[in-house]
Amino acid sequence: MALDSKVPEGPIKDKWTTYKDKINLVNPANKRHIDVIVVGTGLAGGSAAATLAELGYNVKAFAYQDSPRRAHSIAAQGGINAAKNYQGDGDSTYRLFYDTVKGGDYRSREANVYRLAEVSANIIDQCVAQGVPFARDYGGLLDNRSFGGVLVSRTFYAKGQTGQQLLLGAYSAMNRQIARGKIEMYNRHEMLDVVKVGGKARGIIARNLITGEIERHSAHAVVIASGGYGNVYFLSTNAMGSNATAAWKAHKRGAYFANPCYTQIHPTCIPRSGDYQSKLTLMSESLRNDGRIWVPKNMDDVMAIREGRKKPTDLSEEERDYYLERRYPAFGNLVPRDVASRAAKERCDAGYGVNATGEAVYLDFASAIERYGKEQAKIHGINNPSKEKITELGEGIVEAKYGNLFQMYEKIVDENPYKTPMMIYPATHYTMGGVWVDYNLMTTVDGLYCIGEANFSDHGANRLGASALMQGLADGYFVLPYTIGDYLANDIRTGKIPTDTKEFDEAEKEVKDRIDFFMNNSGTKSVDHFHKRLGKVMWDKVGMARNEEGLKEAMAEIKAIREEFWKEVKVPGNANEMNPELEKAGRVADFLELGELFAKDALMREESCGGHFREESVELDGEQKGEAKRNDKDFAFVAAWEYKGEPSDAVLHKEELEFKDIELKQRSYK
Amino acid sequence: MNLTLKIWRQKDSNAKGQMVDYKVTDISEHMSFLEMMDVLNEQLINSGEEPVAFDHDCREGICGMCSMYINGEAHGPDRGVTTCQLHMRMFKDGDTITIEPWRATAFPVIKDLVVDRTAFERIQQAGGYISVNTSGNTQDANALPISKHAADEAMDAATCIGCGACVATCKNSSAMLFVGAKVSQYALLPQGQVEAADRVRNMVAQMDLEGFGNCTNTGACEVECPKGISLDNIARMNRELIKASVSD
Amino acid sequence: MSGIFNSSIGRKIAMALSAFFLMIFLLQHFVINSLSVINPDTFNEVSHFMGTNWLIQYIMQPVLIFGVVFHFIMGFILEIKNRRARQISYAKNNGAANSTWMSRNMIYSGMVILAFIVLHFIDFWFPEINTKYIQGDMSGMHNGEFRYFHELQEKFLSPARVAAYVIAFVFLALHLLHGFTSAFQSMGSTAGRKKAMQNFGKAYAIIIPLGFIIIALYHHLNHH
Repeated sequence: MALDSKVPEGPIKDKWTTYKDKINLVNPANKRHIDVIVVGTGLAGGSAAATLAELGYNVKAFAYQDSPRRAHSIAAQGGINAAKNYQGDGDSTYRLFYDTVKGGDYRSREANVYRLAEVSANIIDQCVAQGVPFARDYGGLLDNRSFGGVLVSRTFYAKGQTGQQLLLGAYSAMNRQIARGKIEMYNRHEMLDVVKVGGKARGIIARNLITGEIERHSAHAVVIASGGYGNVYFLSTNAMGSNATAAWKAHKRGAYFANPCYTQIHPTCIPRSGDYQSKLTLMSESLRNDGRIWVPKNMDDVMAIREGRKKPTDLSEEERDYYLERRYPAFGNLVPRDVASRAAKERCDAGYGVNATGEAVYLDFASAIERYGKEQAKIHGINNPSKEKITELGEGIVEAKYGNLFQMYEKIVDENPYKTPMMIYPATHYTMGGVWVDYNLMTTVDGLYCIGEANFSDHGANRLGASALMQGLADGYFVLPYTIGDYLANDIRTGKIPTDTKEFDEAEKEVKDRIDFFMNNSGTKSVDHFHKRLGKVMWDKVGMARNEEGLKEAMAEIKAIREEFWKEVKVPGNANEMNPELEKAGRVADFLELGELFAKDALMREESCGGHFREESVELDGEQKGEAKRNDKDFAFVAAWEYKGEPSDAVLHKEELEFKDIELKQRSYK
Repeated sequence: MNLTLKIWRQKDSNAKGQMVDYKVTDISEHMSFLEMMDVLNEQLINSGEEPVAFDHDCREGICGMCSMYINGEAHGPDRGVTTCQLHMRMFKDGDTITIEPWRATAFPVIKDLVVDRTAFERIQQAGGYISVNTSGNTQDANALPISKHAADEAMDAATCIGCGACVATCKNSSAMLFVGAKVSQYALLPQGQVEAADRVRNMVAQMDLEGFGNCTNTGACEVECPKGISLDNIARMNRELIKASVSD
Repeated sequence: MSGIFNSSIGRKIAMALSAFFLMIFLLQHFVINSLSVINPDTFNEVSHFMGTNWLIQYIMQPVLIFGVVFHFIMGFILEIKNRRARQISYAKNNGAANSTWMSRNMIYSGMVILAFIVLHFIDFWFPEINTKYIQGDMSGMHNGEFRYFHELQEKFLSPARVAAYVIAFVFLALHLLHGFTSAFQSMGSTAGRKKAMQNFGKAYAIIIPLGFIIIALYHHLNHH
C-alpha cells in the first residue's frame, strides 16, 4: 500500500483553514448515534475524549490507572510552547514552526508541524478558560520562560508542574462530560486488541484489571492515545505502567509503525544507584543554565572518588575536564539534549564515570554560586566579602531558582547539591517515533486514529523542550475533533456496531489464548527478569550511539530473549482477578517485539539525525569533525513499517519528506 | 539491611484480609520504598507465592497512584513525599515495618494494598470543572488579568495529586482537604465564579454521599499531605458553602 | 440557608456556633465565680440577680441549655458518623506524628465534661430549681442572709468533689486547647490559624479552667 499523507494542497499557512472549510461535518442529531473509543487519557486522549463528547459523540474512554488524572502527562515539568508573542520578542506561528522542524533535525512533516504551531495559541486560551493556573507576572498577565534550542520566550508554565496542571484541565473537561453521561469512563481497563470489521477499526478488546474480565467494546472509530514506548529500555523516566501495547496491537492489525529508532535521551537525570533501580527521575533541563558539567581529567582521581578516598570538591580546576565547554566552546553546557547526552556517554564509556556504576558525571553549581554571591555582595554594598558570605548569598539565589529540584535531588540521593556537585546521567525520556498517521491523524487502518506521543508526526528525529504538551493538546482539542468528523460523516447510517460478530469472537479468543498461555506456562523467571535483559540490550546497543554491528547483535539478542520469554516466563496468580504480573507480561511481550523493530529501523537508517546517532555517520573533518552527520539525500523520509509476523520481516514503506518552506541545514553548536 | 515486613494481604474486595509477616534481606538504604517492595515481590514470585499488589505508577511523586500506610502514617515517616519517594534510609537494620492499605469506608480494598478511590472521581464529576467547551474561540488568555497572588494561591491548591493520604490519615476519614483544594482552586480564579455556588454545594453533597467523615480540624491531613496542601483550603470551602447558602 | 445544616460542613458550622456561645457563657460564669473569691457580698448580689432576673431565667437559661445539649448531641452524631467512615481500623496508627492528643480526643474530653455537667447540675442547678420554682422561694435568703456564698462553700468541703472538679477542668482545658481555634476554622475563618489568635486561644483554654480550679481549691482550703 502506498503511503498517502493526505496533506491538503495550497500554501502552508492556508492548508489547515482551507481543509477545515471543506471537510464533511456530522450534524448534531447524528453525532448522538456515533460512538468513539479513546484509549489512554493523558493530554492527548483526555482532551480528545472531552472535546468529542462536547461535540455530541458517545465516547468510551479507557485508562489503565484508577483515574484519567494519573496518566504520565502529569509528570511533565517545564512548560508548553505557544506562539502568542506576548513578550513581543518576534515570535510567530512561522517561527514556532521553523524551530520545531529544525529542532527535529528536518525529519518531520512540514504541514503537520505548521498546523501544530497554528493552533498552539488556542491551547493557551482554552486552558486559561478552564482554570489552569499558569504562572503570572505582577501585572496579572501570563508569564513566559525560555527553553533550549530557540531564541524567543514562548513557554507557558505552572511552576514545575505544567503537565500536571494541563492534564487536570483536560481531566476536568472530561469530568464534566462524564457527569453529563457523554463519556463512559473505564478506569483500570487495559486495551488488549483492536477489532477490525470490514477493514475498519470498529472496537477493542479490553481487560478489566480488577476482575480480569475480558470485555468487548464497539465503536465507529477508535483513537489510540496511549503514549510512548520509552519503557522498552526498562529504565526510563516513563511511569512504571507506561506501555506500548495499544499502539503495538494497532500495528499488528495493520497500522504502520514509523521511525521507532527516534528516541530522546534526556541528559540530566538522576543516575542509577544499583541493580534494583526501577525507574529514573528527570531533573529539569533548566539546571544546565547554571551548572557546569565535568568529570575528572585523571583516571587516578576517578578511582579515588569511586572508592571514597577523594571528594569531587577536592579536585582543583586543572584536574577537572569540563568536556562540553572543551568540545563546544560556543554553546558549552547548553548544547541540545542529544549532544549533551552523547558527550556524557562518551566520557563514561572511556571510564571516567564518577559513581559506583560508572555512569554519572558531575553537574556543578559552585561557579554559579560564587558568581551570584559576588553579584549579590555588590548589590548589597558589601566590601571585601568573606568567602563564606559569598557562598551564602550565592546559595540563596540558586535556591530561589532551583530550590525544589535541589530538594528532590537530596531526597533521592541523600547528598546536598549546594555543597557537592550533583551527579547526573542521561535517561530515556520521550519517543518521537510511533504509529504512522496521515494529516488527519488516521493510521493506515480506516477509522483507527493515533494521537499524542503514540503517533510519530510532529517532532521528527528530536523533540524540543515544552513541545510534547503542545502536541498532545493540539491533537486532542483542536485537530482530531475536526478530522475524525470527516471520516464519521460516512457512518451516520451505520447504526450501533454489534459485538456478537465473528470478528469480535476471534479477537477475544486471541486475547484469551494469550492470557491462558501466561497463566499455564510453567516457567521459572519473572517478567521483570526479561524486561531488564531487554532493557540492557536496548541501552547498550540501541541507546545513545548505535552502529551496524551492535544493531545486528541487538536484533539477534532481542529475538533470543523473546523466544526464551515465551518458554520461561512465570506469571503467578489467576487470570480472573487483579494480577499486576499478568499485566506486565502482556506489555513486556509486546516490548520484546517492538525492541527488535526498533533496532531494525536504527540499522536501516544509516545516517545520524536528532536522537538517532549512527557512529558510522559522522563528519570526518573540518570544524564539525566527529559530530553527527545527516544524510538528506538518502534518508529524508519517514520509515513506516508494516507488520508481517516476525519483527525482522517487517516491510519498509517510505514517506518522502518535502521541505518547501524551510531550507535544510546542518546543526552546529561549535 | 534486613527487615521484617507486616503487610496486609487480602485476596479481593470480598475476602477477609490479614496481616502477614515477611522477611527481606540485603536492602540498600538507597532504594526507594517501592523498590524494596519490588525486591519482596521478586522473592515471592521465585518462591511460588503471589506477589503483593500495590498501586504505583510514575514513581516520582506526581501521579498520586501510590498509597501505603507505613508504620502508622500515610506515605510513611518522611514529610512532603509520596510512598514512591520515601527512601529506605529512613529505616534501620532490624526494623519491623507495618504496611497497610488506606483505610476508609469510602475507599474499599480491591486487593492487598490497592484501594478503590473512585469516590474522588465522582466528587470531581459533581462540579470540579469550569463549564467551557473547546472551541478555539474563547477569549484571549491575557484578556482577563488575574493577580499574581490569586494565581499563585490557586496553583498551590491545584497541586493536589488526589492520592487520598488526607483521607487515610484523618481519624474521621474526611475528604475535606481534597475537596477543599479543588473548590479553592476555582474559587480563587475569576473563571470559577460563575458556577461557584453550585460547585461547592454539589461537590460537598457528593462528598457526604460517598461516606467520608466530618472534618474535626486535627490538621493531620496537612502534615501528611505529600504536596503540603494548606488547611486554609478547608476554611475557604466552608466559607464558600456559607456564601452559597446565603445567596440562595 | 436551606439544606446547609444537613451537610457535613453545616454540622461543623453548627458545632462551632454552639461552641462560640458556650465559650462566651464560660467566660461570664468564670467572672461571676471569681467574685466569690474577691468579694462574697458582690458574688451574692450578682448571683441573686442572675437567679431571679426574668430575661436570664426564661430566655438565656433555656438557650444555654439548648446550646449545651445541642453541642453534645451533635458531637455524638458526628463521632458516630466519623467512626462509620472507617470500619476497619489500622493495625498500627501513629496519630501523634501529625496531630495533637487534644484534637484526636475531643469526644473523650467532651464526655468528661458532660459527666461534670451532670455532677454540676446535681450540685447546684437542681437544688436551685427546686428552691425557686418548686418550693417557690425566690428570696435567695437563708437565715437572714443571701444563701449563695454559703452553699458554694459547703459544696467544696468534700475533697472528692473538689478532685472531680479539678479533673473535669483539666479536661475542659484540653477540650478548649483544640476547640477554640478549631471553631474559627469550621466557620470558614483562617483567623484561628494566625499565631496571635492561637496564643489567645491557648491563654483562654488554660487561664479559664485554671481559674475555676483555683476558685474550687480556694474555697476548699479557706472554709472555716
